[in-house]
Amino acid sequence: MSAAGTSAPGAVGTPTPGAAPDLEVRAVTKRFAAHAAVNAVSFSVPRGSFFSILGPSGCGKTTLLRMIAGFIQPDEGAIAIGGRDMANVPPNRRPVNMVFQHLALFPMMSVGENVAFGLARRGVGRAERQQRAEAMLERVGLAGAAPKRTDELSGGQRQRVAIARSMVLEPTLLLLDEPLGALDLKLREHMKVELKQLQSAFGTTFVYITHDQSEALVLSDRVGVMSHGRFEQLGTPQELYYAPTTAFVAGFVGANNRLTGTVRAVEGALIEIDAGEGWRVRVRAHAAPLGIGTAAQAFIRPEAMTLARTPAELPPGQSANSGEVTDMLFDGANSAVLLREAQSRRELRIALPQTGAFADLRPGARICFGFDPERAIGFAAA
Amino acid sequence: MSDGAAAAKWSRRLVLALLLAPALLWLLTLIILPHADLAVLSFRERVAPREYAPSLAQYRTFFGEPLYWHVFVRTALLSAIATLVTLLLAFPIAWIIAKLARGRTSALLFVVCLIPFWVSETVRTLGWMILLRESGVLPAILVHLGITAQPVELLYHDATILVGLVYTSLLFMVVPLVGSLESLDNSLIEAAYDLGGKGWSILRTIVIPHAAPGITAGCIVVFMLTLGNYLTPTLLGGKNSQWFTEQIYTQFITRFNWEQGAAFGFLLLALSTAMVWLGLKLSGQRFSDVMRRV
Repeated sequence: MSAAGTSAPGAVGTPTPGAAPDLEVRAVTKRFAAHAAVNAVSFSVPRGSFFSILGPSGCGKTTLLRMIAGFIQPDEGAIAIGGRDMANVPPNRRPVNMVFQHLALFPMMSVGENVAFGLARRGVGRAERQQRAEAMLERVGLAGAAPKRTDELSGGQRQRVAIARSMVLEPTLLLLDEPLGALDLKLREHMKVELKQLQSAFGTTFVYITHDQSEALVLSDRVGVMSHGRFEQLGTPQELYYAPTTAFVAGFVGANNRLTGTVRAVEGALIEIDAGEGWRVRVRAHAAPLGIGTAAQAFIRPEAMTLARTPAELPPGQSANSGEVTDMLFDGANSAVLLREAQSRRELRIALPQTGAFADLRPGARICFGFDPERAIGFAAA
Repeated sequence: MSDGAAAAKWSRRLVLALLLAPALLWLLTLIILPHADLAVLSFRERVAPREYAPSLAQYRTFFGEPLYWHVFVRTALLSAIATLVTLLLAFPIAWIIAKLARGRTSALLFVVCLIPFWVSETVRTLGWMILLRESGVLPAILVHLGITAQPVELLYHDATILVGLVYTSLLFMVVPLVGSLESLDNSLIEAAYDLGGKGWSILRTIVIPHAAPGITAGCIVVFMLTLGNYLTPTLLGGKNSQWFTEQIYTQFITRFNWEQGAAFGFLLLALSTAMVWLGLKLSGQRFSDVMRRV
């Protein structure tokens, strides 16, 4: 065990210097038949931080979480929790608790009995566990809910009971398996904020899995983006959003316009791609510049592009492009315009400025747009 | 317009009445009428040839004659034991079918439980007799293995009756148990395990409370079937079986004392009703919830 020596690159949060990270996953692999559901994944989570594993369904994130919880044994690699190796430690002996996807509250018990369940299994006396369960319910804002039945609670309250039921055991690590998935949108937004507040109030390390990139970005100190059993990128939400290191991350995290084409010119870190019918776009190449003639894909965020009535209105240094508006997508602060670039007929999504300057655009209107090549990023074609 | 509505209402009622007619007819002719007649029979006494008077004599005989109520209590006790043994055997089977086996295996296991019912109860019981009688298969094997010097008679013991009853009842316990265990969300078990639960504590706190309606339903069905069983105790227990249904049979057929037989029948009905009520009270279940599981 050399848990103390390894430190995660770019770790955020305030880990105690020299202390072992709360969770360390080293080269863990799990195969089902010939298919590697989790393939040589390594990461570590410092104490007190909020870590998310983000990926589409079927990427292996649930398998990874279940290995951390102890329900599945990894084929290769090691998992250490609180500096202790977890090989052959069953789930009921791990300092880890899990909030299940559908919460898995015990319907045959009252709210108080649910929260006291783990304490009872540890042999805590009736009076003490009742008192500790009530104190924990109070901390999650459910004072006096102990005698209620679980189906008398709202979705958000049930979620808090599930968290209280785990937190009362003071685990080193709390695992959350897409607990917001079953809630409606409004409640989900609310619970996101609440989860974040609960985590900072408890100071417990949270490992959260989700397929919803907005949940991962809002909640996490660090995020691991997972695809086909591997970590594509590990970093802060800002790093994932502004500096994706793979095309998958650029396409999966946040809205993005993806353009494919052939590299026509290379100027230092910038490359020029023919995105169709001779429409040239200049973007920053990720890592080593792509050679002329190679197939490439470029990603430009909707908010990285500027709209203008005439080319002269564009910020200096941005090459002018033009297009025809096909649709206006009103969504409050996230409003955007869909347009077809004049030369390539490619469809692009561009964020509308908050000032309402272009609110009068109608389908069919011609408009100019530009973007800073430094804020667009190019990868080799997949 | 209102004429049409009224006509539609009447035709709906007619359809409902016609649909219910076979069930109601069955209930009336085969359950209610015979029982009403038996009730009348059980409360009268023959005072002279072809002359009867209302009386409680039949019930007085039952309580006055120790043989009758000994057999009655014995039947109740053995039925309760058979029900318990069936539950203990059926629970792991139901668990395997509902939780461990998948797809085809699960269906196959169900069929294995069902196979004994493809032959009639008589043949099934005779099968047990072939296996267990003194010149039968099992005693021969015991001698062959040197466990017993002489072939032993394995029939005509209480344990033999229990074996036969449990075997006959197993399916009726497995079916409601599988139903109630299948509806148990696996993540509840995982959550209990994750929160520090171990096998026994999870069984006690999560699985049994969830399966309680199924357990109660299975127990009620098996207890009633066992209590009212005639063939299995008679064939496997022989003259010593002393099953209460035998007493009823004797009164009706051998003694031709229908009054006494009717009274015994009602006592058995009262017993099974009382036991079901007691079972529901003890397990805190509601009859309507339990019956949905059967």
